[in-house]
Formats: sequence, structure tokens, C-alpha cells
Amino acid sequence: MSLTADDVNKIAHLARLGIDKQDVAAYANDLSGMLDLMTKMSEVNTDDIEPMAHPMDQAQRLRVDVVTELNHREEFQAIAPQVEAGLYLVPKVIE
Amino acid sequence: MHNKTLAELNLGLQAKKFSSVELTQFFLNRIDKHIQLNAYITVTPELALAQAKAADQRLAKGTSDLLTGIPIAQKDIFCTHGVVTTCGSKMLANFTAPYNATVVEKFNQSGAVMLGKLNMDEFAMGSSNETSYYGAVKNPWDINTVPGGSSGGSAAAVSARLAACATGTDTGGSIRQPAALCGITGLKPTYGRVSRYGMIAYASSLDQGGPMTRSAEDAAIMLQTMAGFDEKDSTSVNLPVPDYRADLNKSLVGLKIGLPKEFFGEGLNEDVAKTLALAIDEYRKLGAEIVDISMPNLKLAIPAYYVIAPAECSANLSRFDGVRYGYRCESPVDLTDLYTRSRGEGFGKEVKRRILMGTYALSTGYYDAYYLKAQKIRRLISEDFKTALASVDVIMGPVTPSTAFGIGEKMDDPIAMYLSDIYTIAINLAGVPAMSIPAGFVAGMPVGLQLIGDYFSEDRLLNIAHQYQQVTDWHNFIPTGFE
Repeated sequence: MSLTADDVNKIAHLARLGIDKQDVAAYANDLSGMLDLMTKMSEVNTDDIEPMAHPMDQAQRLRVDVVTELNHREEFQAIAPQVEAGLYLVPKVIE
Repeated sequence: MHNKTLAELNLGLQAKKFSSVELTQFFLNRIDKHIQLNAYITVTPELALAQAKAADQRLAKGTSDLLTGIPIAQKDIFCTHGVVTTCGSKMLANFTAPYNATVVEKFNQSGAVMLGKLNMDEFAMGSSNETSYYGAVKNPWDINTVPGGSSGGSAAAVSARLAACATGTDTGGSIRQPAALCGITGLKPTYGRVSRYGMIAYASSLDQGGPMTRSAEDAAIMLQTMAGFDEKDSTSVNLPVPDYRADLNKSLVGLKIGLPKEFFGEGLNEDVAKTLALAIDEYRKLGAEIVDISMPNLKLAIPAYYVIAPAECSANLSRFDGVRYGYRCESPVDLTDLYTRSRGEGFGKEVKRRILMGTYALSTGYYDAYYLKAQKIRRLISEDFKTALASVDVIMGPVTPSTAFGIGEKMDDPIAMYLSDIYTIAINLAGVPAMSIPAGFVAGMPVGLQLIGDYFSEDRLLNIAHQYQQVTDWHNFIPTGFE
């Protein structure tokens, strides 16, 4: 299976990932190569096989619903690109 | 001093033959002298010397631990409070972690000294350390070759004696492959054995941290500190941690070693195969029984991995959005532009390739064909391990198809790079523990032997590795120029 430049642009948009125009063809080629590798999987019948999401097959552990974390707002905001009055700033989204 | 084992360093510190401050300064000087290897992204001399001073006080008080005062280094994937944690990426070039990873916390509690943060492939995606934003690491055995990846800085630093030992992480071979290419001992523990809290995620169902050391005994000491249940990691397994040094000297008489024929076929360099055959002979002399086995689904590991790992990576790396921390582009015009350009400018090519692959595999219409299919294949591979390990005690094989390749050799061919992990990837899919130990040289370059065990059998693997290191001295060889 091979992907076109159009496909790559669509996927990049889904991932909100900027890619340089001159690299699109190379990505299409690389991803197509990866998809070729994957055709090997379709040679195997997996109809009755249970998918495996996790090596331990264990249930997610739950904890008591109590506050365990302290407030780290100042520490966390100190490493943010742009903050003001305790808020994270982004370009205007509401007109 | 740099050739002493962790146990010897501990004895020296206890007996006041040298202080931790002296030992730390000694390693800092070595790091400076061999800066051309590019093994470190950040060196933290002030912090290290302060920790060394505290360690000396603890040693004087007699409250020390095995690692108290010993200079180690952390792969730059582990968050270190107050110290820049880059994960090998431009995205996190300015990221000072607001908390410590559990692994870092455990070493701090033991009184170990952190020399700095080690170079790695960007977000642990790579097999050569060439995808690091901070430049390629050089292999101490031949500076024109790669150290392997993604824990390439860790392997180079331990091999060149720029730290007494180092941490690594392994998602598809990232501890074992660089350990093999740099001639050191590396252990990827069972999934869930070592906490992933504060270890920047690549593929969460595969990632596992572990020790990178010069010997199995050192690895046992390091793992003792790293392993254990952690409430902060929901995939951490709540099982007691054994004494990893207790069984190191157990005899291997009667040990059943399985050699999967799929590991020794086409693609394996002939000289590497011969070297491994000699290593297996040593085990025979130690009383082990060698059995030929077959694991028919191993050939599906690479395709399944390159669906599952990128899928998890695309989800994990969506957190890098230019809003809360990390890189942000200049003058974004709107929110989409902020996301798209921050991510586009902050991530390197290999990371982008995997985000694209993962996004595609998870997108509507392709999920069943790729992601679900890969998870079913993962089950088959895992069953292969269960079946094999029901009849043998340990599986052995190569770690890499050849010795270290040249810097730049595979950078233009990502598929060729992926195929270099052919012997390590299946282990992560199954979640079992595995080691790489030095087993000889081909044309002056190290060869690693892989030992694969059952879930939570790290103590057994360390015993099997240690016994080999009692009758061979491959692990004691030092690259020229670093003696």
C-alpha cells in the first residue's frame, strides 16, 4: 500500500503537526515503506485471537477518591511559554 | 578508580580510601576530558559535588546504602527536579522538570550522586542516537560508529567509564542494543517492575527503565534500587522485590537454554553468529543443556511494533502543544497555527515520522486493519514466549544482526534502521525481561549475547549472566584511550 502527498498532508493535519513542504514526498515514501512491512501481518489468521493491549493483562488499579496532590500552580506556570494572572495564554479563540 | 565495580567503590568509600567528593570530581574530570563522545546533554557538577558532600556525611554517620556516594548518570528521559530534562528534543530544550521521576527519587534516597543527564535519541525514537537534537553520540570503541540507541549516551558513558553506571529505558531494544554495541551489560526488566512515573512516555505499554552497567553484579545492585511497586504508576506491578544478589553464585548445572531457530537464520552476520556459538559453548561447559526451539511468530514482531509503538507515541506526544511547557513557535496567528508550528518546529524528523504513522494507524477506517490486527499479533508473539519458557529456563540469541554500524550509514533509510532491532522488539511486545551481556568481539567491535527469561525472573537472568562473567572477561575490556 502506498500513500500520496495528499494523504500525508491530511494525516499531518489530524496530528496538528507542521511538516516542511519539501519533506512531504519523503514522508509519503517512508510511510509507504512502513505499510509494506505491515502487509506481513495480514498473512496470519487472527480471527479468534484476543487483542493484547498490555503485557500483564491486569485490571487498572483504582485508588480512594481523596486529594493526594498539593497545588503546584506557580511551579508549573514558571515553565510555561506565556502566562498572565495565573492563566495560560494562547492566541484569541473567541471573537 | 573508574575500573572499580559498584561493590568495590562501596567498600572503598566505607573504608575511607577515597571520599565521594574525590570520586565525583574524578568522574567529572573524565567527562570533561572525553567531551568529544557527546555522551552527556547536561553535566551537573555543582549538584553532583553537593550530593557527594552529603553522601560523605552519610558515610561518616554509618547510615549509608550500597550506592551512597557513587557517581551515576541518568538518561535524559527521566525528569529531574530543577534540572533541564530534554528527552533529546528541541521541544524540551528549555524544560526544567517540576518534579523527580520515581527512579531518580529512589537513587536520591540511596545517596547516589548524579553527574548529569545522558544523550539519547529524540523521545527515545531511534537505534543509533543520531536523532538527538543535541548531536550524535560516538561509540568509544570506534568514534566513527554509532553507540546504538536510544540509550546511546548511557551505553557510551558506561563503556568509556564516564559514570560508574547509568540508567536506560527500553521500548524496543533501547537498553539492550546500545549495551551490545558498546560492550556493556544492560537489563530490560519485566514490564511493570520499574516505575515509569516521571519517565517521559514514548509507547506506554512497552516502555521500561533499567540498569546499564559494566557487569551483571553491578546491574543487580542498580536494579535493587530501581525496582519496586509505585502507586504513582498505574501499570506498576505490586510484587515483592527479591534480593537480586542472593542467587548470583548459583550453579548453572542443569540449566535449560533454548535457541530459537528464527534468531539464527538469514540476516545474522556470520562472525557474530560464530562469536555467539562460542558463548553458548561456555554455557555448555558450565553444565547447561542446549535445546533447539522454534518461535514462529517472531517474524511478525517488527510489523506489529511499528503499528503499536507509533500509535501510542502519537497519543502520548499530543501533550506537546506549545501551551503549558516546552517549545512554542514565534507569533502564532491562531490556535491551530500555535499547535501546528510549535510541534512542527519542536520535533525532529524521526519523531514526526512516527507521529504520522501512529495517527494514520489510529484514524477512522484503518484502526481495525492496523492497530487491532497488531494487538492480536502481539498476543501470538507473547504466546510464543510463554510456550518456549514453559520448556526452557532461558532463551538465548543475538541482540543485533551485526556490530556497530557507521555514523550516517542508515540515517537515510528508516526501514533499514528499524530492521536493526529485529532481535529485541518481540521481548517488549511480550513484556518479559531480557539482558545483553558482552560476549566477544568481531574486528575489534563488541558483540552482545541476549538472555531472555520468564516474567519477573530478573534474579535468574542476573545469575545466568554473572556465572558467564565469572568464566569470561569480555565485560572487563576497555576501549582504547579510555583505560
